[in-house]
Amino acid sequence: MTLLLKNGRLVDPSQDIDGPLDILIRNGKVARIARNIPSPAGKNRKADSGATVLDMKGLVVVPGLIDMHVHLREPGFEYKETIATGCEAAVAGGFTAVACMANTDPVNDNRSVTEFILRKAAACGKARVYPVASITRNLEGKILSEFWDLKEAGAAAFSDDGRPVTNGTVMRRALEYAHSLDMPVLSHSEDPTLSAGGVMNESLVSTELGLRGIPAAAEETMIARDILLAEYTRASVHICHVTTAGSVRLIREAKARGVTVTAETAPHYFTLTDEALKDYDTNLKVNPPLRSTADMEAVREALRDGTIDAVASDHAPHALTDKAVEFDLAAFGMVGLETSLGLTLKLVHKGILSLPELVVRMSVRPAQILRVPGGTLKPGSDADITVLDLNRFWTVDSGSFRSRSRNTPFQDMPMKGRAVMTIVGGQVVYRELENAP
Amino acid sequence: MILQKKDILGIKDLPVEEIAIILDTAESFVEVSSREIKKVPTLRGKTIINLFYEASTRTRTSFEIAGKRLSADTINISASTSSVVKGETLIDTAKNLEAMNPDVIVIRHSASGAPHMLARMVRQSVINAGDGSNEHPTQALLDLMTIRAKKGTITGLKVAIVGDIAHSRVARSNIYGLQKMGAQVTVAGPATMMPRDIEGMGVEVRTSLEEAVSGVDVIMMLRIQLERQQQNFFPSLREYAQHYCLSRRHLDLAGPDVLVMHPGPINRGVEIAPEIADGPSSVILEQVTNGVAVRMALLYLLTGGKQ
Repeated sequence: MTLLLKNGRLVDPSQDIDGPLDILIRNGKVARIARNIPSPAGKNRKADSGATVLDMKGLVVVPGLIDMHVHLREPGFEYKETIATGCEAAVAGGFTAVACMANTDPVNDNRSVTEFILRKAAACGKARVYPVASITRNLEGKILSEFWDLKEAGAAAFSDDGRPVTNGTVMRRALEYAHSLDMPVLSHSEDPTLSAGGVMNESLVSTELGLRGIPAAAEETMIARDILLAEYTRASVHICHVTTAGSVRLIREAKARGVTVTAETAPHYFTLTDEALKDYDTNLKVNPPLRSTADMEAVREALRDGTIDAVASDHAPHALTDKAVEFDLAAFGMVGLETSLGLTLKLVHKGILSLPELVVRMSVRPAQILRVPGGTLKPGSDADITVLDLNRFWTVDSGSFRSRSRNTPFQDMPMKGRAVMTIVGGQVVYRELENAP
Repeated sequence: MILQKKDILGIKDLPVEEIAIILDTAESFVEVSSREIKKVPTLRGKTIINLFYEASTRTRTSFEIAGKRLSADTINISASTSSVVKGETLIDTAKNLEAMNPDVIVIRHSASGAPHMLARMVRQSVINAGDGSNEHPTQALLDLMTIRAKKGTITGLKVAIVGDIAHSRVARSNIYGLQKMGAQVTVAGPATMMPRDIEGMGVEVRTSLEEAVSGVDVIMMLRIQLERQQQNFFPSLREYAQHYCLSRRHLDLAGPDVLVMHPGPINRGVEIAPEIADGPSSVILEQVTNGVAVRMALLYLLTGGKQ
């Protein structure tokens, strides 16, 4: 199949491109980028018979967005999400690929689960799915999973996300072993002895609400450890869901020292603060928790200056039964695949990020960190493409989510800008454009 | 005068005028409890459900007596005998109770915010009888009533609240209530029991009991849960008592006619020396008496008082 996207603004930071360029897609790959590529009705008519030409006037064409941190819940928690519904949500949110965490049931700590996830994703045929295998067997923090076998089965990274690896030696071995396989380790950095029993950020707000707090230090002490271990082993470490000013400072200083540390944050951490919890809305209960205004500002600044490499949604679907309970009893997490881009575009509208910088945070860097294809529209690369309408006004309506779960605190929030078409491997897997194939 | 709110969930959201209405109404109900026949027909035909997810003797009994003295039908449900043990959620319980058409639901729950959730779910008035570490509004109201009765006013008083501030819903409700009524509040206790950024609530913070009680008009001692020692909030009960047990020498530092208060139950010799708990400065039992009157006032204002 051949697809020609004409008259769009093409933004591809991997090639330092931001301008009016056409893009020709053939056999699932980017075939050519140039001004005014002749339509298949022209001289290449015969060769391109059956091709589709789409007018991208007023739209922005970018390398497919990659969400490097989602929970697809299958196997084990299909009532919250399945790989199929998660992939539907991903492409509707503009993502051509997602990395799904290992805290399923059974845990993705062996080849059979990794292969199951890949098989399900292939059957769905929407977003690419990169299974993240667990660092330790059954997420118990004791014995390393079989990294080599898992890599061969198709795992893209290792993480015990949802739980920290508390044993320093286990984390050290994980970093060393994964490094030898050129595989990333994604760290859920949390000292559980400091966060134990906590349900929100420890602050004046938690004091006023009488809710048990999780101190910033619970995150920061573990990030400090992970940075020191990465420095000592000369391996690399990726810090998941960074939320505090102190964490940002640690990462910034480490990067300046030359430590190979990368980091991500999630849209809710640069959009909301713990002040939002005053009505005990369980949709705002996330781990790590929503932090203070100063923390939120630090996270925004870190995204701007690149200290935080990536935006990942930490899409954590939960059924109503997990959330419509007392705050202390509610599950941690919110869905994010279908609001992530809209919330990050708010940073663009506010002038905190440029559009190319957004593409770096949501596509280029995630691909680099995960060592997966994507993040570029260089000719010859997979045609994973997201088309954005930056001027489309819309309102968050959880009732229309493709995700199986609805746990969002952003219901009814007005947004400006969204993905109107998502292309994976040259196939249009999501579209809001008329006449799109 | 009537209350504007459907529910009494906390002092934080209660306007000063409404606090005054509640206290005035409560004072008028004190007399009922001193009669030979302690019953008035005010809430005849009304139904009050006491939904207690957390063990409580005095608060539950106080609400029950308050309802009965106003001739309401009061029903007590405790978590150990309710469908909670069968796995029913709070929302399902709420919907079932609502379907039985009570007039007021009184709830105590170990989770902060649970009464707020209940109040959103049911059309009946909800009274918070204590939620987690958040608020215990009826306790604060009865404390305010007791102070006002003894001192004539609350405005301008200096009050020290001492003990486990971090885990105390009584402390939070009293901080809000006392400040709204014009008192200055100092909180004191071990640093491990001071919640984060508590200064942001407008209180002075002390770790020395001596400093905290110097010159104050009211000392509110809080209950120490003995299991906190296992959680390392303090090294030993002995050490805690040595530094935070209210004794004669502390009263000498306080202002003249200082009031000593405690929400109970007391750990004698840990929070308060026995002779102080039973001494002339203590108003601990008057607090209990006023508790019934405050709860009568709330039940009246939220139901009959509206009509």
